[in-house]
Amino acid sequence: MKSQNQVDEIVSKPYKYGFITDIETEKIAKGLNENVIRLISRKKNEPQFLLDFRLKAYKQWLKMKEPNWANLDYEPINYQEIIYYAAPKSNEKKTSLDEVDPKLLETFDKLGIPLSEQKRLSNVAVDAVFDSVSIATTYKEKLAEHGVIFCSISEAVSEYPDLVKNYMGSVVPSNDNYFAALNSAVFSDGSFVFIPKGVNCPMELSSYFRINSGDTGQFERTLIIAEEGASVSYLEGCTAPMFDTNTLHAAVVEIITLDNASIKYSTVQNWYSGNEKGVGGIFNFVTKRGHCRGKESKISWSQVETGSAITWKYPSCVLQGEGSIGEFYSVALTNNLQKADTGTKMIHVGANTRSTIVSKGISAGHSSNSYRGLVQIGPKAAGAKNYSQCDSMLIGDKAAANTFPYIRSQQPLANIEHEASTCRISEDQLFYLQSRGIGFEEAISMMVSGFCRDVFNQLPMEFAAEADKLLALKLEGSVG
Amino acid sequence: MKRQDAKLILEISDLHACVEDQPILKGVNLKVHAGEIHAIMGRNGSGKSTLSKVIAGHPAYIVTSGLIKFEGQDLLTLDPETRARLGIFLGFQYPVEIPGVNNLEFLRVATNSRRRELGKEELDTFEFEDLVKDRLQIVQMNPSFLERSVNEGFSGGEKKRNEILQMALLEPTMAILDETDSGLDIDALRIVASGVNQLANPKTATLLITHYQRLLNQITPDFVHVMSAGKILHTGGRELAIKLEQSGYDWIDNTQSIKKET
Repeated sequence: MKSQNQVDEIVSKPYKYGFITDIETEKIAKGLNENVIRLISRKKNEPQFLLDFRLKAYKQWLKMKEPNWANLDYEPINYQEIIYYAAPKSNEKKTSLDEVDPKLLETFDKLGIPLSEQKRLSNVAVDAVFDSVSIATTYKEKLAEHGVIFCSISEAVSEYPDLVKNYMGSVVPSNDNYFAALNSAVFSDGSFVFIPKGVNCPMELSSYFRINSGDTGQFERTLIIAEEGASVSYLEGCTAPMFDTNTLHAAVVEIITLDNASIKYSTVQNWYSGNEKGVGGIFNFVTKRGHCRGKESKISWSQVETGSAITWKYPSCVLQGEGSIGEFYSVALTNNLQKADTGTKMIHVGANTRSTIVSKGISAGHSSNSYRGLVQIGPKAAGAKNYSQCDSMLIGDKAAANTFPYIRSQQPLANIEHEASTCRISEDQLFYLQSRGIGFEEAISMMVSGFCRDVFNQLPMEFAAEADKLLALKLEGSVG
Repeated sequence: MKRQDAKLILEISDLHACVEDQPILKGVNLKVHAGEIHAIMGRNGSGKSTLSKVIAGHPAYIVTSGLIKFEGQDLLTLDPETRARLGIFLGFQYPVEIPGVNNLEFLRVATNSRRRELGKEELDTFEFEDLVKDRLQIVQMNPSFLERSVNEGFSGGEKKRNEILQMALLEPTMAILDETDSGLDIDALRIVASGVNQLANPKTATLLITHYQRLLNQITPDFVHVMSAGKILHTGGRELAIKLEQSGYDWIDNTQSIKKET
């Protein structure tokens, strides 16, 4: 392997999104109690129903206990040491981008998400979220011409309260789990998407979440609805600066498809994962669930998870509508001292429902990467089919990979297939490629890309290219 | 065939090397000139394979003393990928499988890194496909092998032919073939030998590591060396290989011990 000096040099390359934006931020006092919740709700000018929703969730949260069954271990979180709301000072939503603080626009520019008129990505609409607030959403008028609503949750609450009231909490009830309850009480901002009957959304929609304050928790909430025959492809990107302390990120994403509708949700997550000694990094506890409410509807999750110190995340599908389809394609990479316990749940309720799970875990450094999946077939799900494939790749000899698949079936006429494999990047394979003139890093990258091929093929094109590069970056210095 | 003015391609001087703290090479000396074909024979454990891996730069093998010069340049300070780009090719005895990495793409990346070094233009996917289809004929391989992962599911003979295909694409200056004939049936052997012969030319050199005479019936060596206990004990011409086939390696050991006594 390369000499230790060369490896050290590569490992100390900085996480390139680690900068902090110097901007006046308004923060409320730290700690969580009923008054904090009322304050947040007031700051956002929320209607009564939402304040009630929050307070109910808070009361439920107080009665719940943090889950400890995951294959993770981390310093206990002190919920009273977290600030639950932070916003750039000049934060009323601007009607035009000219009014947005240039420092914020510059931040997103630096992250590769240009928001200004001339430079924006032409076929992707972006909702940019900075700490607790959405600061800009592009292409809203163009989308409105098609009847598509794409805006921040805060805006949806004030402009389309009935829609929000109707759907929020219907897929992830506030008492679903500890972190969902917390999120339901203090959620900040996130995206709202509504695609009306028969409309195939003409552009890809994307939300970009940027954490800036180190002592603030991030609790975004996203709600996506596709009515009968509608479809949309949605991308989520995330980065955060490097802090010495851990930042809590507890999000909730609910997506709903009615008859014949389809939603594709892709994530490339590049939170700060902590340094090589495991100091700092994001704690990522996320509840993502899709409800295939309608017949022949389809929800597809694709994700590349590479950042965060701790990951607890199981994007799932409830396949209620007859013939509905759920998919989960994931690459989860852990390096250094990161720990991940992630996977999916496919709950087959209706007849002839189908689900596909392809999970690729890559463990490097001293990290621990666990896949946890549930395939549940209910008594009414005659003709249900599931295919699961969980592959692990180990890089070096100090990393760990685990698989915890659960299969529960109450339906004798269901077809369930499960395959799993483990491989290791061997010194011999690396040497073979090097002996053909292929550089060390390119060789690792080729082998990892090959391993992830099935998942990358599912990502929207821009993301697939990003994902390849991101993995290569994250794996630097991982062998040897 | 050696010519009087042929360039010195590889020079190994008093090379000592070990693996996992076990000394294997104990003072190897060798000179290879352009246009020459050398054969290295010897018992299992004599250090033949180790020698080839040390020249290629395998990280598990540590050189404890001695020199290797390639075209006058000190090879030991260079990493394996640089050695390959400069023109050293190692045909493995047991080519490893690399699932998930497409064979065609791998060949293209390798070929382009060599072309860059030679100052030639890199080839895009289409241009490369044309080149590969042409070279496939040398090893009589089916184009379907290009779509598979590197060596995955290949038979022994197919793996060896994939090695020769790579040689045909990379055009190395010094090709080292480590027991390329092991595990091959007669037909596969004929194809591999024919490939090596087609690629040999006055500017390049070949080092064949083999147990058996039969490969040398198909590829005529200029020099035959016999290794034992980490050193080259004896050097001769083609006839040496024939003699070994008849008398076995004991004959060499006996000859050497007679030499020592006198």
